[in-house]
This record gives sequence, C-alpha cells and structure tokens, in this order.
Amino acid sequence: MSLSFTLADWLSLLVHFMALSLLAIGGAITTAPDMHRYLVDEQHWLTDHQFTASIALSQAAPGPNLLFIALLGWYVGVNAAGGASAGMATWPLGLMGALLSMVGILVPSTTLTFVASRWAHRNRELLAVRAFKTGMAPVVIGLLASTGWILCANLGSAAESWRLWLLTAAVTLLVWRTRIHMLWLLAAGALLGALGWV
Amino acid sequence: MKAPNRPTSRSDLFWSFSRLALQGFGGVVAVVQREMVEKKQWLTREEFVEEWAVAQILPGPNVVNLSLMIGDRYFGIPGALAALAGMLTFPLMIVLALVAAFSGVSDLAPVQAALRGMGAVSAGLITATGLKLLSALKQNPLGVRICWLFAAASFVAIGVLRWPLAWVLFGIGGVACVLAYRAIVRIHHRAAHGGAP
Repeated sequence: MSLSFTLADWLSLLVHFMALSLLAIGGAITTAPDMHRYLVDEQHWLTDHQFTASIALSQAAPGPNLLFIALLGWYVGVNAAGGASAGMATWPLGLMGALLSMVGILVPSTTLTFVASRWAHRNRELLAVRAFKTGMAPVVIGLLASTGWILCANLGSAAESWRLWLLTAAVTLLVWRTRIHMLWLLAAGALLGALGWV
Repeated sequence: MKAPNRPTSRSDLFWSFSRLALQGFGGVVAVVQREMVEKKQWLTREEFVEEWAVAQILPGPNVVNLSLMIGDRYFGIPGALAALAGMLTFPLMIVLALVAAFSGVSDLAPVQAALRGMGAVSAGLITATGLKLLSALKQNPLGVRICWLFAAASFVAIGVLRWPLAWVLFGIGGVACVLAYRAIVRIHHRAAHGGAP
C-alpha cells in the first residue's frame, strides 16, 4: 500500500490521536474500534491486515498495551513512504509515524493525570477525595479480576477451550498463593501454546 | 501505615520502571503490583489500590498514568518523566524492532498458538492481582461485606454483562463513593462524640 501524505495529513493524524487520548478511559485499547474506523475505513491510511498485525505484535512484545498505537503510526509512515516493498527506505517515515502517534495519544492524558493526581494528593484530607478513593477501591479490584476473565473469554469459550481456562486458573492460583516469577509462567504458557497443548 | 521504602533517585525510577515494563506481557499491572508493593515496597497494598483508582478513572493507559503518578510523588516533574521514560523507552524500541524485522512472522501458526498460551497466562496474572488486592479492603470504612458486594457487582457488570467501562466507573463507582462519603462522615461523627454510637 502506498500513499501520498501531506503535512496536513500528519497533522490530522496527530490531532485525531490527541482527541482520542482524552476519551481513553480504561486504557488505550478502548480506543481501538474508533482507530480502526478512522485509519482503515475513513482515511484508508492502513490495511485491515496492518491494523490486526499492530495489535498482535504489540501483545507479543513486553510493555504497556498502548504500544499498538506506535505500530499503527509506524504502518501509516511506511505506507506514506511507498509501502513495505520499499524496504529500509520506509523506516524514517515509519519512525516519525510511531513517535507522532505516541505523542498524540500520551500528551493530553498524561497532562490531565499529572494535574488531577497532584490536586488529589494536595487535597487528600478532603472528605470528597477520601470518599472517592474509599468507594472506588472495591470497584477497581473487581475490574482487575474481570479484565483477566475477559482476556480468557476472548481466547475461547470455557466449553471449547477448557485447557486454556485451566491454565488461566492454575496461573491465578500460583500467582495468588506463591512468589513464583511471572516470566517463568509466561514462558510456560508460550511453550504449551506452541506445542498445541492449550 | 506508610510504605517502608521509596525510590532513591530519578535513575532508580527509570531503571525500576524499565525492568518491570520489560517483564509485562499482556498486562503490566500485575508486575507493577508485585514489584512496587511486594518487592520494593514503595507502596502499601492500600496505597496501591488508591493510586490505581485514580489512574483508572482518568483517561489514558492506566499503567502509564500510575508510573507518572508514582514518579511525580517522589521527585516531581523530573521523576514523573523518568518513570514515564522507563515505562516506554525499551518496550517501544523492542516493538519497533519486531515490526521492522518480523512483520510477517506474527501470522505463523506456532507463533499464534504461543501467543494464545501467553494470553491465557496473562489473564491469570491479572486475575490473581485482583484477588491479592482484596486484602487491602480490610480497613475500608465501607466494611468488608459491602466492599465485596461492590467488587462482585463490578466483576459481573464488566466480565459477564460486558457493560461499557465508563458506566461501571461512574455508575457503580458513583454509588460506592456516595456510600463511602456517608461512612466516613459517620466515623468522624462517632469519633467526635467520644466513641459511643
């Protein structure tokens, strides 16, 4: 895929990501449907395949989930430089796309977080702030548990993929009750997966 | 109760967050909890849950927000930037190297199967983090039973009913905050009147 990309296009990419940044309650991944609508369906800057690959690759790499956004920007840059067939010549624009999209998705939300968390810390004795933290504590703990549940459910139903669910349950117990290193568990999961056992 | 330790410098922040970001596959929060609360003990469980609640309600990637807040707490803006840079620099380099080198590899069947296995493990890591943090609710003014009720309601709303996150945070979270407000006022009142109910 090859694009002719103007400065105005780069700017609208940046502005769109900055707007989504402030809507990303619950993490960058919640903006994925809108990213797809904008980048693939509306602007045709990315192929469907590149979009899916961005999410898959970012999951294979360590670090926060929001890195898929850097990859979306990378692919836009690569396409703007003449498409993947142009090889290493596409890397500078790819890098620029990746950095631009990270700046766009991060600057608004981190600025807001910085200001809001400072305010909350300065006013931590305020009744409203204490009530917020006290009340939200059980809710966010429930959310963490449900995040794990959803991750597992997205991989397959309990009836069909019972071995996968069993693996998740075993890991839950091990991490909850022991101090086993998480990387060992991830390596075991990758191995069991590659061998076709889960 | 105060956490026993704290980061010693900005570079301690940078390298600590780098190390934990590089261990986090499919959900860094599990690693953040283990490193910050259990190993380094920069935060108690209660503090972690409070900070996480703030990080969760604000827009943006939660663990990125959390690292920024922890960095800012100890070393101001330079600390916030050091923690952010730690969280992002190496993972970003790795993911870009991956896409530049192996864009086609992610489609291969064994790679897909390995990712599936890792996905199941990271699901377990995150669930276990939630379970471990339940003990942070013991001191909650709402009382343990009501806390469990709210945790279970949020779990069902998101995990089973698949409600949008914003509804749960503002709906269930809103009710919980109002009840918490009343509970705190009641405790103050009781303390001010010599402890008799």
